[in-house]
Amino acid sequence: MQELLLIAIGSALVNNVVLSQFLGLCPFLGVSKKTETAAGMGVAVIFVITIASACTSLIYDHVLVRLGIEYLQTIVFILVIAALVQFVEMFLKKNMVSLYQALGVYLPLITTNCAVLGVALTNVQEGYGFVESVVNGIGISVGFAIAIILLSGIREKIEHNDVPHAFKGSPIVLVTASLMSIAFFGFSGLI
Amino acid sequence: MNKCVERIYNGIIKENPTFVLMLGMCPTLATTTSAINGLGMGLSTTAVLMFSNMLISALRNIIPDRVRIPAFIVVVASLVTIVQLLIQGYVPALYSALGIYIPLIVVNCIILGRAEAYACKNPPLVSFFDGLGMGLGFTCSLTVIGMCRELLGAGSFFGIEIIPEEFHISILILAPGALLTLAMLSAIQNKLKLPSATNGDAPKSALACGGDCLHCGGCVGMMNHALVAEKKAEEAAAMAAAKKAAAEKALAAKKAAESAKDGVSSSEKKE
Repeated sequence: MQELLLIAIGSALVNNVVLSQFLGLCPFLGVSKKTETAAGMGVAVIFVITIASACTSLIYDHVLVRLGIEYLQTIVFILVIAALVQFVEMFLKKNMVSLYQALGVYLPLITTNCAVLGVALTNVQEGYGFVESVVNGIGISVGFAIAIILLSGIREKIEHNDVPHAFKGSPIVLVTASLMSIAFFGFSGLI
Repeated sequence: MNKCVERIYNGIIKENPTFVLMLGMCPTLATTTSAINGLGMGLSTTAVLMFSNMLISALRNIIPDRVRIPAFIVVVASLVTIVQLLIQGYVPALYSALGIYIPLIVVNCIILGRAEAYACKNPPLVSFFDGLGMGLGFTCSLTVIGMCRELLGAGSFFGIEIIPEEFHISILILAPGALLTLAMLSAIQNKLKLPSATNGDAPKSALACGGDCLHCGGCVGMMNHALVAEKKAEEAAAMAAAKKAAAEKALAAKKAAESAKDGVSSSEKKE
């Protein structure tokens, strides 16, 4: 139990997926203009990464290892993730309309998000089993949600500030992200 | 041959993927802690990009249009696996330095972007040189960024120490330094009004995702945007059709009622 907690905190705060590993940087900078959309994206990412890390872990352990074709992991994972996102989208559309309306727009955007494939590959690299993989997936995606919601809150405030001309637009956002990344270094004392 | 040289110039200078189009930011930031790492990442991406462009261009008349993106992904993923195994076998030091970012070349926007924008419309040889040019442009920019960060952060140049340790700004080789470097870079581009995706002056390239990772909702997002737009259009069309049908029904009912009335009135007249 303690180990699982350590994995979750480690991947959510200490090794934050965006701020220290730079996975999923595009949506982090692209969808963080408003807190509302950022929260939507965060929840969608939590949803997809959790399911994807469970599926890829099962497939790796029970199909790839058993057949001795571990070297095909990249190809298999990316196809599984793409199919999975499509499937989740169709399932939500049929069975949970309210959830689909809340997350629908973000789901297709996540298919090629490098964070999803990154989590699946990290799970294999670290030799995590099924439970550890799911916990790691939840931790990483919650870390992503925290980072994107915080950044969107700061960006809403930046709108009203007097930013030097050259720094307007993306440079000031990158400086903000850099300061957040320094702040997240503080968490490394946790483990 | 002239066309091939033009493609290489285009990739390195005119549409430099990092500085001008702002594509593939994740590997750019993550692997430029030193010049050697940047160079290694750039060269592996170049290798994948050249052969993926060539293969996709050779297969462009065979792959059906509807399944082209999954097909491209399979081609790219196979090439990435080959490159990964080669690096693991021959340059193990680089393999451990780049780690997870080698398999992640699959989701690098540059590769799918070039496949969509160039390789699926042009013959194999020119596509190969397009991939070479883009790859070299990516390699050059990664090496330059890596050199700056290594020199200021670790005081060395390709591993040879130049600046004594007291003067190192070690945050530059850590994660915040990467974001800070990119911020400075795009601020300079803003200031000098250089063509770049950050200030909206990038030459309008035919890239499928339009370039500009910074304002994009996800790599290869544009294709998904197109899908979403298509879906919306479909829904709108269905709605319009339903409305039309309803209107027609109402009209028919009205007509029926009127004719019934007419019938009644005419029968009344007869009486």
